[in-house]
Amino acid sequence: MKYWRKPLDADTIKVPHGRIYVVKEQCKGCGFCVEYCPKDVLELSQEFNKKGYHSPVAVREEDCVSCGLCELICPDFAIYAELIEEDETTEETPNKTDKTEKAEV
Amino acid sequence: MGEERRVLTGEHFLTGDHACAEGGMAAGCMFFGGYPITPSTEIAERMSLRLPEVGGIFIQMEDEMASMNSILGAAWGGWKSMTCTSGPGFSLMMENLGLGIVLETPTVLVNIQRGGPSTGLPTLSGQADMMQAKWGSHGDYEIIALAPNSPQEIFDHTIKAFNLAEQYRTPVLVMSDESVGHMTEKVIIPPREELKLVPRNYTKKKPGEYLPFECGEDEIPEMVKAGDGYKIHITGLTHDKRGYPDISAEAQDWMVRHLMNKIQKNKKKIIEVERINMDDAEVVVVSYGISSRVAHRGMDLARKTGVKVGMLRLITVWPFPDYMIKELAERVKAFVTVELNFGQIALEVERYVAGKAKCYLVPHAGGDVHKPEDIAEAIKEAAK
Amino acid sequence: MNKPAAHLETAIVEQDTHPMADLLRMDRMPHIWCSGCGLGTGLTCFIMALKETGIPEDKVAVVSGIGCTGRVAGYLNLDSFHTTHGRGIPFATGLALANPDLRVVVYSGDGDLVAIGGNHFIHSARRNMDLMVVCVNNFTYGMTGGQAGPTTPISAKASTAPYGSYDYPFNIPYLAIASGATYVARWTSLHMRRLKNSMREALPKKGFRVIEIICPCPTAFARKNRLGSGLDLMKHYHDNSIIKHGADPREADIDMNGKVVCGTFLDIERPTFRDFQTENIAKQLGGE
Repeated sequence: MKYWRKPLDADTIKVPHGRIYVVKEQCKGCGFCVEYCPKDVLELSQEFNKKGYHSPVAVREEDCVSCGLCELICPDFAIYAELIEEDETTEETPNKTDKTEKAEV
Repeated sequence: MGEERRVLTGEHFLTGDHACAEGGMAAGCMFFGGYPITPSTEIAERMSLRLPEVGGIFIQMEDEMASMNSILGAAWGGWKSMTCTSGPGFSLMMENLGLGIVLETPTVLVNIQRGGPSTGLPTLSGQADMMQAKWGSHGDYEIIALAPNSPQEIFDHTIKAFNLAEQYRTPVLVMSDESVGHMTEKVIIPPREELKLVPRNYTKKKPGEYLPFECGEDEIPEMVKAGDGYKIHITGLTHDKRGYPDISAEAQDWMVRHLMNKIQKNKKKIIEVERINMDDAEVVVVSYGISSRVAHRGMDLARKTGVKVGMLRLITVWPFPDYMIKELAERVKAFVTVELNFGQIALEVERYVAGKAKCYLVPHAGGDVHKPEDIAEAIKEAAK
Repeated sequence: MNKPAAHLETAIVEQDTHPMADLLRMDRMPHIWCSGCGLGTGLTCFIMALKETGIPEDKVAVVSGIGCTGRVAGYLNLDSFHTTHGRGIPFATGLALANPDLRVVVYSGDGDLVAIGGNHFIHSARRNMDLMVVCVNNFTYGMTGGQAGPTTPISAKASTAPYGSYDYPFNIPYLAIASGATYVARWTSLHMRRLKNSMREALPKKGFRVIEIICPCPTAFARKNRLGSGLDLMKHYHDNSIIKHGADPREADIDMNGKVVCGTFLDIERPTFRDFQTENIAKQLGGE
């Protein structure tokens, strides 16, 4: 992170980090999160989901500050960020991917 | 203020409209949403005076669509509710009568019928909304409608309507008329403990187990109210047992069949009629509401001339007592239907007689009642 | 332009892990709203606001009418009622009066609320009925394919206004305030945090509260008027909305290419229908 002028407490303030989760099959590819993410973390994937939409991918996840904007702006309840706790290893992906997704109308 | 003012036990001299309001009070009504319209306004007026005495709410809504919806909302909020209207107002309530039926909401709608079509005869009698009661809201449905013929009966039938509404989880109509609404007679209000009231059939199931449209053999689902943690979803769209929209032919078939069966399967428990002079009857007069009182006189006149005539007075008009007509058609000569219209219930009679007996109608456009002599003439003609 | 490798790193998860899953009927997702429609964003704000107020979920009921916005009731995991077209308010009136422990929210589209339900809207405001009304205004009847409505801006095209709409639209904040509402705010779908804060303010408040959400309808309104995608409309809101709390609602008309005045127009106290009636009747009946 670059500062135009370095704040006096920059050394003591910890910048939070977030982990991004995408409910891929619920995304309709509107691009709101990609456009308005203040840290430009997201891009639309080139892949299609089952409904034929491009869901977002975190291309600069290390920049995510878990501000929650993506969750708030997403009209499809398809993305959210979680704050990474200090002692947590960032590489660990929660075991959420295993469940099969089934959306009934 | 308090429940002690709810049932005004004793002998009263009341108009039909006021007796109707007292019936609602005695039945436990807590909410009345209405819009003034002659000749039903006196019901609303009396409810505006009486409901606050027991902690209930009267609200004068902006129109009849709003009135009908407000009583549905109040029912889901946990209160017994009712409204009243007439003619043009009844037409406006049709939209949300349909909603009430589809949401299977217990509530009571009183129609003090006047002459129509359109603004028609605001201050004069009619019975020409009888088919509208059954068919007026779009789509297929079954309805319960009662037709009282005196202030005492409108008191009793309003209580009965509330009971049926709770028992079958459906809106119930009281299809009275201006003559009964504006007639003043003795009304006996029984002691509170003698009133037989049906409480709301609240489910004993826990949230998560309960489905708002699940029912057993009797086709009657249990009820909950908003705020009890069930997190129900209720929609006017065709829905499944959960209440979730299901836009398919299969779901439509299940839901509409269920709505029809709920009333049709239970009709022998619902239907009430009065049989007068029926033991030896060869001619049967079918009538209801104010017309049944005039028809009674017509029947007496015809009896004096030796005609064996009896009367089947419909207290429940909908569901129609088809099985009674079918059974009678096997053994009587003719049916004479007397009503203040140009043949509505007469069509139902004809349908179930199915050519097995002669069918006559004594038509009347409304604004007045029949002349007993005209009815007697029709009976004599039928007896030939 | 995308790095395929990055995709592998993004955690793909199931719908029930979403932080709002408890307040949504996830068995009905994905919802019917189009890609780029702002309805879902407004609903996200509502759920967040509800969580922040701490009002128990059991004590909130949502009532809606017909249309795209009418479907909100079906997606919220609360006591929810999807009524007939325009009749959300009168249904909610009965519900709220019969059960005063409930916080009743009416979710309604512009056509539902101020065309077919217009009479209910103004009378409910007049009575100061204890309801929070969220009006999602997308300037058109979206579900039926983009017909002109009571808020369609002058000259905008619609399927029933192929030459442009030339009847004057309603300005909802002005209508609400003139009719007697006690809290009136307007935001666009892009003002998520402000919208959420407004909802959080209005939810526990008593009386007739109206929050208008200007919402992109890419499929019907934008397509007929060549305004681009939902995202293009969001950008339009970004460039053309002005936040002006306490603004004169008469100056909050919305033109085809003009500015959208947002903010809290009004926040006052006035006795509600129930309180006013109960208090005055009690005085006369000599009760407690």
